[in-house]
Amino acid sequence: MTETMSAPAFPTQRQCPFHPPQEIGEVRDGEQPISRVSFPSGDTGWMVTRHADIRAVLTDPRFTVRNRRFVFSSQKQETPPPRRGMLLSMDAPEHPAYRKLLTREFTVRRMQHLRPRIQQIVDEHLDAMAAKGGVVDLVEALALPVPSLVICELLGVPYADREHFQTVTADLLRLDITFERRQAAVDEFDRYLGVLVKTKRLDPGEDLLSDLIARADAGDELLDDEVLVSFAFLLLVAGHETTANMIGLSTAVLLENPDQLALLREQPELADKAVEELLRYLTIIHLALQRTALEDVEIGGQLIKKGELVALSVSAANFDPALLDEADRLDITRQPVAHLSFGFGPHQCLGQQLARMELRVVFSTLFTRFPTLRLAVPISEVPFRTDMAIYGVHELPVRW
Amino acid sequence: MKVLIDEDRCCGAGNCALAAPEVFDQREEDGIVLLLDPAPGESQRPLVDDAVSRCPAAAISVVE
Repeated sequence: MTETMSAPAFPTQRQCPFHPPQEIGEVRDGEQPISRVSFPSGDTGWMVTRHADIRAVLTDPRFTVRNRRFVFSSQKQETPPPRRGMLLSMDAPEHPAYRKLLTREFTVRRMQHLRPRIQQIVDEHLDAMAAKGGVVDLVEALALPVPSLVICELLGVPYADREHFQTVTADLLRLDITFERRQAAVDEFDRYLGVLVKTKRLDPGEDLLSDLIARADAGDELLDDEVLVSFAFLLLVAGHETTANMIGLSTAVLLENPDQLALLREQPELADKAVEELLRYLTIIHLALQRTALEDVEIGGQLIKKGELVALSVSAANFDPALLDEADRLDITRQPVAHLSFGFGPHQCLGQQLARMELRVVFSTLFTRFPTLRLAVPISEVPFRTDMAIYGVHELPVRW
Repeated sequence: MKVLIDEDRCCGAGNCALAAPEVFDQREEDGIVLLLDPAPGESQRPLVDDAVSRCPAAAISVVE
């Protein structure tokens, strides 16, 4: 059957910087929670909005991650060449085999061991902020450097080289970047990481990359330099920008919700629950997760045909009344729910326990250290990252 | 209550160890789920239910 009508655009316009677009909620709660949409790239597909439906797609092996055309860019897109070891674009059975090489590095216990060091890094950055005084950009002073330094130390990447991955990541996440520029950024980063792997082989340290190189050299059949570079690429890019944006955006939303901020300042032990609620409420993966049907599949009563693209609105799912009551209210005392901010299924965020630990340390410390922290500009002047694949704030000028 | 785990399905996300640390842990070598207590007391039920609902791989089940 051919399409006789063009599908409505996937909604991306927010009415409020802290809420997903209203239309997405209307679709989720309406007659057709799985509906045809068109994307900035010109592609059409299905938008999936309900929590249960998205979980069904993400745990169904009949959907593939391999088709990684970036549909939220209006630039002409091609499918990037496949690369070995890039977990984001691998299906079972290869995917779990490769993922398993990394899982031990990110266990709950490992992250608890890291906590004192993370606390030290956060404290040092807050000290520097206090010494500076006046108006400070919280993104530059805290949100970006903390997760960057943590992932550098964990991986064994020199923090002095952070320009390399921060610039490349910023490029990669821009929605308007051309396919060619994106590939050029990837190639340049691959070159840097390739040199780093060779350097580390000659001069290993106490870090994840050295450990993986040792396993590769000991004959682990899945690990070689191409895979090591893919792993390092993924962990560096995914490991700092996401957490950085959660820190910046969470601080902004708390400063705009003084009752919640007061609760957290007076009871820093609420940080664990607060972090879970902030992850749900802010859903920095603000556009959608993408999958493609490998065969005809029925999801939530809707037939998805072989080859069709599905865009999973995790932000819609995180506000689904079937998941929780009063979803529109930020409530840091809420019992945590099974939000989808880290995704779900076999590809659920590998670094989620690290992200949680960093966010818990930051939000149990920031407001006790700076009880009078406030925005230095009206919220309407804060630049939100509507132009990026990961939502957040570009800058957050604060004073105290 | 009896808790069952499916190691083959587990993807090492660690959410069970976070939700119910007295019932679940993760193996040192690969992060795969370790069942510390296959028959936890009733007081653990809400925590185990939370672990079940947050497991991304549907690797945990509870039988009465």
